[in-house]
This record gives sequence, structure tokens and C-alpha cells, in this order.
Amino acid sequence: MKAAVVTFPGSNCDRDLAVAFARAGAEVVRVWYKDTALPAGVDIVGIPGGFSFGDYLRCGAIAARSPVGRAVADHAARGGFVLGICNGFQVLTEMGLLPGALMRNAGLRFVCKPVTLTVATANSAYTGGWARGDRIILPVAHHDGNYTADAGTLARLTGEDRIAFTYAENPNGAMADIAGVLSANRRVLGLMPHPERAVDAALGGTDGSVLFRSVLGAFAPV
Amino acid sequence: MKARVHVMLKDGVLDPQGEAVRHALGTLGFAGVQAVRQGKVIELDLSATDRAAAEHQVRAMCETLLANTVIETFTVEIA
Repeated sequence: MKAAVVTFPGSNCDRDLAVAFARAGAEVVRVWYKDTALPAGVDIVGIPGGFSFGDYLRCGAIAARSPVGRAVADHAARGGFVLGICNGFQVLTEMGLLPGALMRNAGLRFVCKPVTLTVATANSAYTGGWARGDRIILPVAHHDGNYTADAGTLARLTGEDRIAFTYAENPNGAMADIAGVLSANRRVLGLMPHPERAVDAALGGTDGSVLFRSVLGAFAPV
Repeated sequence: MKARVHVMLKDGVLDPQGEAVRHALGTLGFAGVQAVRQGKVIELDLSATDRAAAEHQVRAMCETLLANTVIETFTVEIA
């Protein structure tokens, strides 16, 4: 599997994400935000955490409209996989690849700590390595993770089993405790917690590595 | 030609920052503040000279970038 990791000005989890993909066995290519096309043969695009464009205007808003954004949207439209983590999740909602928006945390504070999550669906390439209801621990580090969507969108996400992860204890006011959501075709995942920061036993646990191994498994030769 | 865009959260979308401001005003002794909603004002200096064309252009900017219409509304003033 070939993974492309995008770097925007202000991204700061791009290297961690590249390492997480590589450790799971992916060939990783790095992409710059000014690139207008993805390298040939990319299966999955990773949009990393950070503070792209200084969070100016709205978190992820400028990154979503940068040159590489169009290439990522085309990739998704072709049925390609896209994983957005933290600021990457904000970018994907700003691009319209995922519904809803990430607003300022209800407590107005930057939240930076390990949190317990519930795997809300095992029906995706990303979450297939778990069972529904599994409890995992991943770090969060964000100021704007308060997932907000209108009632119709929330009902659709629930009805279509597109809520990927929920918080066991809601750290940011997110509606329905939502920590991550899937696209309609289940190939685009956005989540606020950082699986790429939990792929090494020496550095805060390995629960995140299940996600990368799962999605790699989806591309394993049959 | 100048344009001014006001971006506000939609009615019904909780505004934790506005609520914090409301609370702070109460702490400072300003009684009777029922609600505070915080938004943005964006001023644009345009080369357009036709009012209608300028408004059309700025509305497109709002839809494309300046506002996130999932959670925000906007108004455009051409001065």
C-alpha cells in the first residue's frame, strides 16, 4: 500500500503520521501543500494534525482550499482512502468530505491528555481490527474538537453506522460524544484523537497501531 | 469599493466563547446581559466599481471561504 502524507505550513504531526504508516508496512511518500497532484499509485492520503496556516480564519479552512486540496478531493471522489487526524479532521470537514464542523471546545481550554474511546463501528477498513464496543486509549491535543452537526446529519451518521469512535468521557462538548466519523463510502475517516501518537509502547501505548494495521490489511494482496 | 462581511454562528449553534464573554461581563458588574454571540467582521478592498458585481463577487467569496455555512451565516455590506 502506498500512503501519501500531506504537509501544510503549520502541520506538526506529519512526520509521526509518516512513521506510523511506514511501521505498519506502507510505502510512504510526502506531499507538499502546493503540489497539484498526488504521486501515481497512492492508495491512502493522510492529512496530519497541527495548526495549518496558523488556524487563521477557521481551523483547517485555508488548508482545505490549498492546491493539494483539489487533488485530495479528486482522490476521494475516485473512491480513494483519506485519513484526517485532528487538524486533518478539521480540514476534511472544511473540504466537505466529511459532514459537520469542529468548533471551539465547550470548556474553551486546549485539551491535551490520553482519553478513553469506544470503537463505535468495526465496519470500516480503519476500525476492522477492533470489535464494536472495544475500549481504547489515544491521546487528544486540540482546542477545537467540539464536533457539531445539525440534527438531520447526526441522525444520518447514526443510521448509517458512520460514527467511528466516541469519547467515554466527553472532553470537548462534542455532540453525541463523537470523536471520529466516516464518509458515506466508509473510506474517509476523520478523528480528533491521535492514533499516530500511540504506535510505540515506549511512547504512550500502541492502541493506535491497530488502525494502521487494519487499513494496511485492507490492501493486502488476496 | 469596500465591502464588509459579517460572519455569525447560526442561531441554535452554541457559542462557548460568547457565553464566556457574557459570564465575564456579569463578573465585572454589568448586569442584565441576557446573551452574547461572538462573530467576525472581514473588510475587503475591491477593485470592482459596479456595486452589484462587487456584492455578487463577495457573496461567492463567503460561500467558498469566508464563512463555513455548515455552522455560520454571513451578511455582506458594500460601502
